[in-house]
Amino acid sequence: MIVAGCDVGSLSAKAVILRDGRVAASHVMRARPHPRDSAREVMAAVTNKAGVSPDSFDYCVATGYGRNNVECADAAESEIACHAKGAWTVVPQARMVIDIGGQDAKAVRFDENGEVVRYVYNDKCASGTGRFLEIMAEALDIRLEDMGEIASRSKDPVTLSNQCVVFAETEIISLVNEGRDIHDIVCGLHRAMAHRVASLARSIELASEITMSGGVAKNCGMFAALEEALKIRLMPMEIDPQIVGALGAAVIALEKTGGKGGA
Amino acid sequence: MIVAGCDIGSLTSKAVILNNRNILSQAVMRSSFRPDESARKVMDKALADAGIGIDELSCCVGTGYGREKIPFVDRVFSEIACHAKGARHLMPAVRTVIDIGGQDCKAIRLDDRGSVVKFITNDKCAAGTGRFLDVMARLLGVDPDRLGRLSARAGRPLSLASTCTVWAQAEVIHHLNENTPIADIAAAVNQAMAGRVAILARSVGLQPEVCMTGGVAKNVGVVAHLEKLLDVKIRRLRIDPQIIGAFGAALYAGETWGGASDDRSRL
Repeated sequence: MIVAGCDVGSLSAKAVILRDGRVAASHVMRARPHPRDSAREVMAAVTNKAGVSPDSFDYCVATGYGRNNVECADAAESEIACHAKGAWTVVPQARMVIDIGGQDAKAVRFDENGEVVRYVYNDKCASGTGRFLEIMAEALDIRLEDMGEIASRSKDPVTLSNQCVVFAETEIISLVNEGRDIHDIVCGLHRAMAHRVASLARSIELASEITMSGGVAKNCGMFAALEEALKIRLMPMEIDPQIVGALGAAVIALEKTGGKGGA
Repeated sequence: MIVAGCDIGSLTSKAVILNNRNILSQAVMRSSFRPDESARKVMDKALADAGIGIDELSCCVGTGYGREKIPFVDRVFSEIACHAKGARHLMPAVRTVIDIGGQDCKAIRLDDRGSVVKFITNDKCAAGTGRFLDVMARLLGVDPDRLGRLSARAGRPLSLASTCTVWAQAEVIHHLNENTPIADIAAAVNQAMAGRVAILARSVGLQPEVCMTGGVAKNVGVVAHLEKLLDVKIRRLRIDPQIIGAFGAALYAGETWGGASDDRSRL
């Protein structure tokens, strides 16, 4: 039994193939201008890795902003349902996932079967999404992937007074001009963003077991800051947190064919 | 009696000098990083234009975001109070003042005696503040002061789907890449701006007469869209809308001085 999940986001495209309920291959790439091209490319790469052909799929589920542009998909599912299912598959004890993508953030509570109970979503305001960190990294002239490590060396984190990305950018530039330590600024940025995401998650009531997904979950500084803001230990994922949506889509594909999840 | 008002905003600093409630001189300048320095510079310019020295001022009132840092003022008043004061003096029938600053936006409601009954401020989100227009003007490669007139030449109507300045920026870049005429994009930017401001104006309980203060009031595109959205005529003030805060501060200075003989402690 071979099933696939394809998550075409605004910034990256992700795909997962399950063979007999286990992950056979996964792939992540930067999105192309057109979602159809992203979908084609990411599916070609993942099938290549798994050594299967796209017509060998028993079922394929697409998700993400470009989900209606995945030609090989049999069905499309919401990102919310896929993230819940994917997070539950990886961390079965978890009852909530906080997903921070490049242009959005969501918190989803789910039940013991990985079915959505309640969710909240922000894509209206760039603050509290991956874009916040991206813009700040540009302003500080540091690499996005170095931010977590830089933050970890802070001794006296700054407190930002602005939430808005535009205002916060000006604020950090004046902090740099004042001679504040870069480690303290970056740590303060993570805290500000964590605060924002934590209020989003709290608005649907926190579960006692929470995990984190999305590209931003790879940033150890953000992971730590979110734990601090939520005052709760987050359960780490043993797979790439960026592929959770695609994995969830693949598990839903498996369920549609009558199989049981459990990667 | 000569008095002055000094309004130190996040982006611009303003000073007004009054002689018996008549404007002797006015000055507007870009603010520097240091509010005290901005205040000195803008006041020096206004004083020079009036041909007087600072010791000839009977009283000086400060306002604006940097008001606590102005070294030479006798008193400070909030921006809300000063904008209300200035607008009311110029237009006694005014009941709603919409002030758009460089980094904030305020809607102020007055009663028939000119007292502030309610106000709402947005300084949390750049959308709906002068900053939004600045960011967009830079993207379009035009001076922010030209955005209004530019949008009057718009052909095909266009609107921005995003409220957030960051996402709207991405939309504008997309339109630029599609070779959409700049005038059309400028109109969409002004419309988006007006949309945010209208929400604030409605939630304060908008009542006519309505006037606008702050630099953005000079943007005819934003004003026209706002009039349409709120279905109300926005009255023009007879002096530069950007100096209303400083003007109101100067009016307070005159009152403070006028009442000073029996209440010196207020100084």
